[in-house]
Amino acid sequence: MGNWGDIIIQGILLGGLYGLSAAGLSLMFGVMRLVNVAHGDMIIASAFLSLVIQRLTGVDSPFLCLPLVCVLMFACGFGLQRLVLNRALNADMLRPVLVTFGLSVVIQNGMLEAFSADSQRLQANGLEVASVSLGGGLVVGVVPLLIFASCVAVTGVLQWILYRTELGRAFRATSDDPVTAGLMGVNDRNLFAIATGIALAVAGIAGTFTGIRSSFYPTSGPESLLFAFEAVIIGGLGSLWGTLAGGIVLGVAQGLGAGFSSAWQMLAGHIAFLVVLMVRPTGLFPKRGN
Amino acid sequence: MSLVDIRGLSACYGDFQALFDMTCEVGEGETIAIIGANGAGKSTFLKAIAGVVPAPSEAILFDGKPIGGLRSMELVARGIALVPEGRCLFASLSVEENLLMGAYAKRPGEWSLAKVYGVFPRLRERRHQSATTLSGGEQQMVAIGRALMSNPRLLMCDEISLGLAPSVIANIYQALGPLKGRHMAMLIVEQDIHQAVSFSDRLYCFQEGRVSLTGQSTAVTHAQISSAYFGA
Amino acid sequence: MDFQVERGGRASKNAAITLLIVLSALTAGPYWLNAGHQSVLMEIFYFLALAQLWNLMAGFAGVVSLGQQAFVGIGGYTLFAAIAWWGIPPLVALALAGIVGLLVALPVVHMVFRLQGAYLAIGTWVVAEVLGLGVSQIESLGAGSGMSLPIEVADSIEIAFIDRDGVLYLGALFLLVTGNLCAYGLLRSRFGLALTAIRDNESAAAASGVDCKRVKLVVYLATALGTSLLGALIYLTKFRISPAAAFDINWTSYIIFIVVIGGVGTLEGPIVGTIVFFLLREYLADTGTWYLVILGLLSVAIMLKWPAGIWGSIAKRFDLKLFPTGRRLRVSDREL
Repeated sequence: MGNWGDIIIQGILLGGLYGLSAAGLSLMFGVMRLVNVAHGDMIIASAFLSLVIQRLTGVDSPFLCLPLVCVLMFACGFGLQRLVLNRALNADMLRPVLVTFGLSVVIQNGMLEAFSADSQRLQANGLEVASVSLGGGLVVGVVPLLIFASCVAVTGVLQWILYRTELGRAFRATSDDPVTAGLMGVNDRNLFAIATGIALAVAGIAGTFTGIRSSFYPTSGPESLLFAFEAVIIGGLGSLWGTLAGGIVLGVAQGLGAGFSSAWQMLAGHIAFLVVLMVRPTGLFPKRGN
Repeated sequence: MSLVDIRGLSACYGDFQALFDMTCEVGEGETIAIIGANGAGKSTFLKAIAGVVPAPSEAILFDGKPIGGLRSMELVARGIALVPEGRCLFASLSVEENLLMGAYAKRPGEWSLAKVYGVFPRLRERRHQSATTLSGGEQQMVAIGRALMSNPRLLMCDEISLGLAPSVIANIYQALGPLKGRHMAMLIVEQDIHQAVSFSDRLYCFQEGRVSLTGQSTAVTHAQISSAYFGA
Repeated sequence: MDFQVERGGRASKNAAITLLIVLSALTAGPYWLNAGHQSVLMEIFYFLALAQLWNLMAGFAGVVSLGQQAFVGIGGYTLFAAIAWWGIPPLVALALAGIVGLLVALPVVHMVFRLQGAYLAIGTWVVAEVLGLGVSQIESLGAGSGMSLPIEVADSIEIAFIDRDGVLYLGALFLLVTGNLCAYGLLRSRFGLALTAIRDNESAAAASGVDCKRVKLVVYLATALGTSLLGALIYLTKFRISPAAAFDINWTSYIIFIVVIGGVGTLEGPIVGTIVFFLLREYLADTGTWYLVILGLLSVAIMLKWPAGIWGSIAKRFDLKLFPTGRRLRVSDREL
């Protein structure tokens, strides 16, 4: 039992990271039906951003850099949407996919040029090796626990924004009917920019945690994107808590696969996704129909 | 000075020219009805004023200032509200949230949730329901309430009666009656000619994108309307 | 008033004649081109063929796939497996690769078509990852590090008096020409009318009775078949395969750059795109990853500013159609 329990707990905690990676993707799709193919690369870019800030300021812990990373990523997201992505939004979905795919290639190769292909890791002042005992022989790392707690907190905050604030109301209204939302005085271009800003701020958190938890490369973005995407689909479109649940399913499946080999860790996650797609194409926790 | 002054407005709906050199005036606090056959350009006319359909800048004066071609989000802030044809409620929002969306532009004024519920008491009972679970008449009340929440100086209603039972239509017009007056002008597109004539101060009849008749609602005759409606 | 429905004009007749001359010259390539030029041309052929297939699928049928590397890899690996496991002659193995690609695509289409629009695109990418990871588990195909073809196999490709490079060169040209002819024929057929309708407006096409889902499915499967054949041919010329290279997303990146730069949704676009792509590579190859950064920026800029691509923008300006697939109305006023 000990071993299985351990695998499942680790998987759930890993799922927190996937949930965090997926939240931004889910938000952008929910608000403007835009699938950001460069999302994974933006997560990895923010890990590099943390690295650079940590080196420049000499701060001990990347956790202290996090607010600055979030602010910078929000600004990037806002600018990106205003200057680039808003122009790609139109009736057909070919353009947004190809534009964000192009951005993904640009960001990834830009990072390769700037940081080389070497692996990097964020130093968290010894915290990354600390662990706590949960009793019953279960020991979990402090960092995975922190990541999971942050994911729950971030999902809670996003949920609160969406359903309890005027901004969230405008997000949902615009998603339903952008023309009528315009009649209410909603400036959709600005609103979309805010949504992308928030999505990238969350990607900033996900990226920093990715960097603390494990080593990362400039080419890690696509992997991040695929896991985030799988978490969204497993959880069901349009549900933030569902996305977190999807991340957990993915994390547990990967944990079970890791028992065989590192290739199976990846494979098991992807297979879990394909199985859900076959059995329940709307995901495990789809948003209830209107 | 009139609140809305439209001179030589031509507008297209897609590739199709729907309005030709139209002239129309709405006085402060006046209630105007627009009638006309399907395809006469009534909806496009309202949409052009509301900024949903592009229009040349000088063709529409609101409060003496050119507003043609401004985007709808800027026009709400100036006091122009449209109740769109088919109601267009936000499906994933509750009744109350739909009403609150109306106040998004934060235009100061007398309207509040409580006052809208005062006009349409049934909405208070249903305020936490999803807007799509309501009956057609109730949905229309939400759409009107939502527009009122923006504290408009000009309230435009596109086909309020569409698909509603006569008793429900009567209810809605009864609720709207007391709102006519000094603070708010109304521009109402209505298929039901009798309703249009009895509710409005003046009326316009459109035919194929042009004004075919205008006059005091009490003064126009049945014969005038039917010839303006269907053409000579 | 007089009007008639026509397909092409003088430009398209001239284009057809020029094309025939160029093709004849290229077919004779093994006699007058040196090995270096042949290999560059061969690469141009298969990139153009891959791009044309993707264009047919994304530009016309509206199925955006980011997972074409799945079929490049499956084609290549089927060829290697058929040769290494059963000693099948390479050219027969090539045909087998196409069939296997199609067989793999059948269950794949069943899964990814449950996803909508842009999510379908990422879904195809996941499938490519799964296939790559799966292949890297097969020990007898060299697992993660891949394998090479024995030299005897390479030498066995000669046909009569044409040497190995010549055969591969002609093979690539053959696939390119048949692929394009099939696409051209398809687009001019009744099925092509459905495809063009979907390209222009999917909901209107559905309302006119086009079974959009079936059309998309058929195009996806046809593309999978063609891409697998090309994948097999590519790896037959490379003689060495590995999961990381064969299932690399860059296959799809290059294809997309070619189509986007040239122009989505026309047959001429990818030809222009391929020329630009190879010219840029010629001049920027030394810059390493900057090359990809520049390509990425260029494609983003084109998508935002000239979504019809280089060819589409030129064609629109001068009303040019070299390989007309559509019909147009010519109206002339004539006094009676």
